[in-house]
Amino acid sequence: MSHLSLLETAFTPWPSLAGGVLIGLASVMLMLTLGRIMGVTGVLAGVLTPQAHPDIGWRLALLAGMISAPLAVLAVTGQMPVVQVPVSMPMLLVGGVVVGVGVTLGSGCTSGHGVCGMARLSRRSFAATLTFMITTGVTVFILRHGLGG
Amino acid sequence: MRLLSTYLIGLIFGTGIAISGMANPAKVLNFFDVAGRWDPSLIFVMGGAVVVTFLGYRIVLRRPAPLIDPAFHLPDNPRIDARLLGGSALFGVGWGIAGFCPGGALPALGTGRIEVVAFVAAMIAGIYLAKGLLSLSGARAARLLRRET
Repeated sequence: MSHLSLLETAFTPWPSLAGGVLIGLASVMLMLTLGRIMGVTGVLAGVLTPQAHPDIGWRLALLAGMISAPLAVLAVTGQMPVVQVPVSMPMLLVGGVVVGVGVTLGSGCTSGHGVCGMARLSRRSFAATLTFMITTGVTVFILRHGLGG
Repeated sequence: MRLLSTYLIGLIFGTGIAISGMANPAKVLNFFDVAGRWDPSLIFVMGGAVVVTFLGYRIVLRRPAPLIDPAFHLPDNPRIDARLLGGSALFGVGWGIAGFCPGGALPALGTGRIEVVAFVAAMIAGIYLAKGLLSLSGARAARLLRRET
């Protein structure tokens, strides 16, 4: 990997906790209003295959809200959220395809399995979350420390 | 009403993602780089989100139905199978390569960064690829899936 992978990031327990609480609140509110799991994989898949998911309006509204969040943060704080990408474009594309295939076969990602599923004490989601946390950690280790890095 | 409330829920979710650091691949990859530049912040994201969702679901799911939908839509598949674990394992590999998960990437789209656009486009291609694989008939799909995972 390139020198970019050596980006330092500061430990931010409070913003991260506040962000986590907002993610949790949004998940609870979606269940309270529409009775739906806040799983980004499922919401996105529903938009991408509308013939199988006719109820597309709420999914589009949810995605629109998510995508407009950085502008809301900019409006309130005067700064865009920090996005540092220490990954080359080819690796981003490879990673993107692998993520897309993986979350589709695994029926969920960090939000659906990792937050909502675990909060429902779903064994399936615990198994999924444990699995992807391990393979993510192993992949990062190999890329950063295993290949002459 | 339904669309507006869902839009606001998406906005809250995306804001949580943005301030938590989940939309920042450098932070995500450093979280998994325990042997290197470890940044434990994301424990607080996951912890905050899961605790709030767990408590909120306990209250909300006592209701007979959600507020603006006739029924709760809860996954009821209990099976922990090769597809779940293989897909989740793949997802982790992709997450470790790119540093974006679906819930991190979609809010990050709002920053307009070309890297995020590229990742999301590749992820969508991966979702269609996996859906294509899954829609292949019986034995052939199983065979392809085994090769894929």
